[in-house]
This record gives sequence, structure tokens and C-alpha cells, in this order.
Amino acid sequence: MIVLNIHKQIITKQILMNMKMVISMVLLALISIAGFSQEKYYTKSGKVSFYSKAPLEDIEAQNKNAVSVFDKSTGQVEVSILMKAFEFEKSLMQEHFNENYVESDKFPKSVFKGTITDLPEADFTKNGKYSTTVSGKLTLHGETKDIIAPATFIINNGMISVISEFKMTLEDYKISIPSIVKDKIGREVKIVIEINYELLKR
Amino acid sequence: MVSAIHAQEGDLLKDVDSGPEKEYVTNAFKSSRVINGHSMELIGAGVLDFRILHRFGQVDQGSYEMFGLDQASMRMGFDYGISRNLTIGIGRSTLRKEFDGFLKYRLLQQSKGKNSFPFSFILVGGSTLYTLKSADSVKKSFNSKVSYYYQGIIGRKFNSRLSLQLTPTILHRNFVEAGDKNETFSLGFGGRFKLSKRVAFVCDYFMNMNGFPKERFEDPLSVGIDIETGGHVFQLHFSNSAGMNERAFITETTGKWGKGEVRFGFNLSRVFTIKKKAINKLS
Repeated sequence: MIVLNIHKQIITKQILMNMKMVISMVLLALISIAGFSQEKYYTKSGKVSFYSKAPLEDIEAQNKNAVSVFDKSTGQVEVSILMKAFEFEKSLMQEHFNENYVESDKFPKSVFKGTITDLPEADFTKNGKYSTTVSGKLTLHGETKDIIAPATFIINNGMISVISEFKMTLEDYKISIPSIVKDKIGREVKIVIEINYELLKR
Repeated sequence: MVSAIHAQEGDLLKDVDSGPEKEYVTNAFKSSRVINGHSMELIGAGVLDFRILHRFGQVDQGSYEMFGLDQASMRMGFDYGISRNLTIGIGRSTLRKEFDGFLKYRLLQQSKGKNSFPFSFILVGGSTLYTLKSADSVKKSFNSKVSYYYQGIIGRKFNSRLSLQLTPTILHRNFVEAGDKNETFSLGFGGRFKLSKRVAFVCDYFMNMNGFPKERFEDPLSVGIDIETGGHVFQLHFSNSAGMNERAFITETTGKWGKGEVRFGFNLSRVFTIKKKAINKLS
């Protein structure tokens, strides 16, 4: 009898464990399906500008073709920027930017991959402005560096926009400035990003 | 399960990746000239390129003439970019007191990515007029001092360092010496090889197919380096030609490379942005 009882217990335990496994797997599957279907936003026309102030000449440029995907459920953000799509007021600046500084033939894209670290504080279902922090890795000129930047999310009737502004130094990304123009070019560059997201339909 | 979620991380961009977009290939040459002849490069819209060219005397004259540096011939010119595909230019050379002008239009531009195109095709049309008084008392008519040239430039930037181009050229001189032909057909070869970010090796050669007595005239061959310093491009070179416009260097080159009859020369290009491109500023 005793032996039989123990045997029963073992069997029920096993059934319970199996059921737990099945439930958790189904749950996980459901979560990931939800993540794939609804929560991603994207753009192919994000705006990225940079500004560099220097005694002799201010340098600025704009790129209107940044590609970005934002996953609302996880807070992940990725941005890809084609370096040759930066437009300058002076075509010579554009040429020098691509040829001599960021070496666009060798390193055609700059990519940012990061997450919103304080996502729970932002409720993306209500209209309003949400100040958040984005941290991640920025790859530029073949160099990858950790960056943290403030990002303001604006929610307007389900539309998601984000504006971010931060500074970076050319040394961090091994963009060298020849001594002859050292005084003309600022070490620090201000980056402004402005993205209007659309829902990613799959 | 966990690993599946993990793998997804950092690949968000894959969801919207539609492959490489069409992208024009730029900066095949540092300058709008290979050395003497036009390169496949145009200057930007609204940009003025002030060009000062010097060709010195033949190196084989020795130290008394400072290897040719005591004698200089010069061309001063202005090129302007009307649009990104159209450049016009004028110039004046001391040699034969000659004016020149040209129109340069890019019909096709090399591109990569979607709907790519393997090379650039540029058309150049130009004219020259010399004003030097003839040594004899015979007065030449205005027409006889005029020449025209038409070129098609087929060029390709093979990689970030190497660019090559072919330049079939027709040159018409209204007046030529006996034994010469009015029409000269020549084929130009141009190349550049980048040695570093700001320094490149360049070579410019025109092979003449007909015209002018070969015993008196040579095909122009020039080799040199381009050095870029901010807004300037210096082209330092050796050439067997003293001419700095198409008529002069294609039909009046006399130096023989084999005999050391070459000249040192330089092209200095300084660009000024006259019309700035409007870019919408974010703040």
C-alpha cells in the first residue's frame, strides 16, 4: 500500500510539473507574439542634424533619411543613418565630411542601438510629453561607444514622436582633424534627432 | 525561449531593411581636371572654382634656367557650378594670349544600390581663341584663330582609391599649317590612385589618332600628385606639354619624355561657395 501511495504521488507531481511547463511555454509564446504584432513603430525619414561651432566657421548638416525602429513593449530603439545622406550648405564641406572625416566609403552607416532605461515612467497611451533617458551603443566611423542621452517622447492620439539632443566628441570616434585646420573645426559636435514614428505593420 | 528573445534584440532594423538605396558615387577625382584634361568630376552647384595654372620651362635646360623654373607660362580661370550636373568655365592663357571657355554637362552619374549604373558619362564642349599678333605682317582673320572641341568622358570610380576614365575628343581648328588636318581625333586616358586621404597620384594622357606631323609633335603625357588642404587642391606634376587648354595641349605638345623634355607645373584650385544650399535647420 505504502509503496503504491508513493508511486501515485510521484505521478501527480510529474503531471503538475508538465502542466506548469506547458502553461509557461504558452504564456511566453503569447507574450512574444504580442511583441511581434503590435508594439513596433518605425520611420525611414527621421531627421538628424549636427552642429559644430568653431571660431572661423560653423559647420552644420542635416540628414532626413534616418531609419529607426522603436519597440514600445521593450523600450528598444535602433537608428541607422546613411552618412552620405548628410546635406551641407557648402558642397565642399560635404565632400570633406565624407572623404576625410567620417570616411563614408569605408564606414557608410552610423548605427545606434539602445533602450529607454526609464520606460515605466512613460505611459505611451495618454497624450502628452514624456522625458526619458535612452542609453545604448553608438557606432560611427567604425568605433562603438556607450552613450546616454535625454529623449522627449510626444504622444498625440497614438502618434509617437521623439526628440533627442546630445553632444559627442570627434576624438571618441577616432575622427582625426589635420593640424592645418585644427582651429577651424570644433572638437565637440551637437546632435539633434527628430523622429515621427509610424506603426510597423507586418 | 529566452535565447529566441535575446537573438531578436539588436535586430529591430531588420524589420524595415529594404536593402541598399540608390546612392550616387562621388569624389572620383579631387579636382575637375585630371591634370590638363577634364575629369569626370564636376564642381558643386553654386560653387566658384578659381584656378591658377603654371607650366615652367623644360627641365633639361639645366641649372642656368633653374631646370625651367625661370620661365613660366600661366592660365587663370574661373569655373562655376550652375547645377550639380552643369559647370561652365572661362580662362585665359599667356601662351599665344589665348581665351578659352567651356560647358560641361553630366548626362549619367555612376551609382550603386538600387537601379545602379556602372559609370558616369559627361559631355564637354569648348572653344578657344588666340589673340597673339602674328610675327609676319599677314593679318589673320578672327575665324582663323578659333578652335572648338567636343569630348565625352566615360569614367568609373572602381573603389575609394582607384578611378579611371576614357575621353574621346574631337578638336577642330579653323586654321592649320600645311600638312596638318583641321580635325584632330584623340583619345584621353585619365586615372587617379589615392595614396592617403588627402594625397592622390594622377596620370593624364591623350593619344592622337590623326592630324599634326608626328615628327614635330608629341602626345601629351602628364603625371603628378594631387594634394588637398581644406579649400585648396594643389596639383603638382610633370608634363611634356606647355599648353593648358585643349587646343594647346592636344595639338602643340613638343616635349619628348624620353629626352627629358618635360616641365614642372602646378594647378592651384581654390573654391568659394557663392550660393549656399538651403538646409532646413532643426534646433
